[in-house]
Amino acid sequence: MAKITAGVSTSHVPAIGAAIDQGKTAEPYWAPLFAGYEFSKKWIAEQKPDVVILVYNDHATAFSLDMVPTFAIGCAGEFKPADEGWGPRPVPVVKGHPELAAHIAQSVIHDDFDLTIVNKMDVDHGLTVPLSLLFGQPEGWPCLVIPLAVNVVLYPPPSGRRCYELGKAVRRAVESFDADLNVQVWGTGGMSHQLQGPRAGLINREFDNDFLERLVNSPDELSRMPHIEYVRKAGSEGIELVMWMIMRGALNEQVTERHRFYHVPASNTAVGHQVLENG
Amino acid sequence: MAQKKPYQDIPGTTIFDTDMAHIGYHLNQFCMSLMQAPNRERFKSDERAYLNEWPMSEAQKLAVLDRDYNRMISLGGNIYFLAKIFSSDGISFQQAAASMTGMTQEEYAQMMINGGRSPEGNHVTGEDGGNG
Repeated sequence: MAKITAGVSTSHVPAIGAAIDQGKTAEPYWAPLFAGYEFSKKWIAEQKPDVVILVYNDHATAFSLDMVPTFAIGCAGEFKPADEGWGPRPVPVVKGHPELAAHIAQSVIHDDFDLTIVNKMDVDHGLTVPLSLLFGQPEGWPCLVIPLAVNVVLYPPPSGRRCYELGKAVRRAVESFDADLNVQVWGTGGMSHQLQGPRAGLINREFDNDFLERLVNSPDELSRMPHIEYVRKAGSEGIELVMWMIMRGALNEQVTERHRFYHVPASNTAVGHQVLENG
Repeated sequence: MAQKKPYQDIPGTTIFDTDMAHIGYHLNQFCMSLMQAPNRERFKSDERAYLNEWPMSEAQKLAVLDRDYNRMISLGGNIYFLAKIFSSDGISFQQAAASMTGMTQEEYAQMMINGGRSPEGNHVTGEDGGNG
């Protein structure tokens, strides 16, 4: 049977993707950030996941204001990197796992989580920057990816609690899929940041580090944090952190934290990254 | 009875909710169109003419022409949609964010390197007589 073995959390700042694409990772501004991912690149080369369920948000790319699904699962065979206004990132096409995605959709919808099914979708930096951070610049991504898009652009996003419970439903779905697959779940976005208005540039180290700690050791309690606390303390875009709760919900109650990294800044944003293993 | 909005007293912050999305629908959809290279070219060659193709308010069009991002946000623009405008202009997210704070790009970039804007005094409007 398929098995969820680990979870990864990471920010997905577009400037990180640009730094990788433009060969700037060794520059003094960026080097400390990429150093924080060295462990994880070695770790994932050993782990060799077959499939990553990648929880991210679309940034007004695939979803315009015409339709804004709260949760959407990509069931296509492939997903092209999107042109977000400066041309597509020079990264490989993302290959999906339509059978597992369809199985997850069926399973979680029967489990009361009404996902939107997406059969054609371009993917933006929210999905491709985490892949670049963990896998570098390969000719092709070394695993299949199931995009799980969460609305965090149009308020209100789903609650942290709902996300946490969805993660548990995703786990039940994966564990009932009849194939021997090593599956990881990644939660992306965050940490504290605000990209708009006179308060732009807000960073809250205390909030972020508390979040990292509670995500490991008291996720159930953390999942009850209301939206207002995210936006007030972590910035209007800091609410992306609810997506990490899906990843955490898909893991065991007790996890082993193999790696934790926190860095300020990447452009406007505080970067957080963790590697959590089941068992 | 109107929906309660506990997020309206966050200083210097506009939460993009469904009411704002309604006000800003055409502004944001215009932004989406800039994801296609031919549309970016047409916009750059005659911004006013391109904007006139969209049923936006005159205030929204003027805010775009002025590249006044705070004004665009007050008129229903969302930052991820507005990003298509500054990306088309070749301007980074950090430069665009700086323009909304009243700081120069250099001052803003230095603030970020120094750890970002402090949350102290920035949780609730008027808590320290600060912005908002």
